[in-house]
Amino acid sequence: MEKSTSRNLPFLLLILFLVLFIVGINLGEVSAVWEKAVRVCLSCIGIG
Amino acid sequence: MMHLRRWIQIVSLFLSNASWTFPFTRNIYQGRLKSVCVPGLNCYSCPAATGACPLGSLQNFAATMRPGLEAGRFHFGLYVIGFLGIIGTLVGRMPCAWVCPFGFMQELIYKIPSRKVEIPKFLIYLKYIFLALFVFVLPLFVIDDFGYGMTWFCKYVCPAGTLEAGLTMMGLQPSLRQMAGLLFYGKVVILIVFLLLMVFIKRPFCRILCPLGAIYSLFNQVSVFRMVHDPDKCVLCQQCYKDCPMGVRFYEGANQIDCIRCMKCYQESCKYGAISLEVAGIPIRPVPREKEKKEAEAPAG
Repeated sequence: MEKSTSRNLPFLLLILFLVLFIVGINLGEVSAVWEKAVRVCLSCIGIG
Repeated sequence: MMHLRRWIQIVSLFLSNASWTFPFTRNIYQGRLKSVCVPGLNCYSCPAATGACPLGSLQNFAATMRPGLEAGRFHFGLYVIGFLGIIGTLVGRMPCAWVCPFGFMQELIYKIPSRKVEIPKFLIYLKYIFLALFVFVLPLFVIDDFGYGMTWFCKYVCPAGTLEAGLTMMGLQPSLRQMAGLLFYGKVVILIVFLLLMVFIKRPFCRILCPLGAIYSLFNQVSVFRMVHDPDKCVLCQQCYKDCPMGVRFYEGANQIDCIRCMKCYQESCKYGAISLEVAGIPIRPVPREKEKKEAEAPAG
């Protein structure tokens, strides 16, 4: 029983994160990541 | 295997930083690839960066969540959390060893001949405090009058950002140099401290501070791909510990939080077959024990 849980858990987690990933895409988060990534990040540089 | 890992690290470094037009544009790459996160720590404001930094993106979602919700944008960072979760669930902390440019740099600097030292074990838990505070709590709850937070880890800590974005962009855009103040010089000091530590300590940033490594490490025990330790075969020679680029004592247990699955212990260190691999609980290709090999080769009687 314990062995079976340990074998199934990664796949349950995989499905969970896949769902989160797809929901994120559908909420328009891909564009949000792009908008942030194409602007020079002053915080990263250490001046903003 | 170790040569293969080195080559993958080199290829990954160049794939993560493949935009070499910056000497002419004097700016960062702004193409559509930037909407995809890279699996390692690579600042998206590095002029050559082709992808987004997952840590920076996560902090940005936390920092802009309140005004976003007020404006009807339901962005919770699920795209990035899902991305990191998928990788973590499949291979745990493996990206740290195979594709992270900052980890690669630390391994190279550690090759500088010097007296090597080990860090106290409690320091490896510090990265979880940085993950919780600097990536989630502070960006989410310390907000300005308009409801915006800050990307705290990028702003006050990240030495990868200082190295890849700070120093390079200052070189490319002279106007930025005039804006450099106490904050910038403070970050440069952090970078210098870590660069020095890298000479004496195995991957100090990964082990002590890296929030991305902290996220992946949470999956080490539950990932599809796992390492297995056989205490019956282990002779406690500690060769795995001596060879480990993260200073992990594998003989104390497999899949510890700092195990980055570089495979060095499995492939090179252990001569007794005490280390093996499994995918979804199914063992794969056990290494034959040295003793067994010798016994098989020895003439009978």
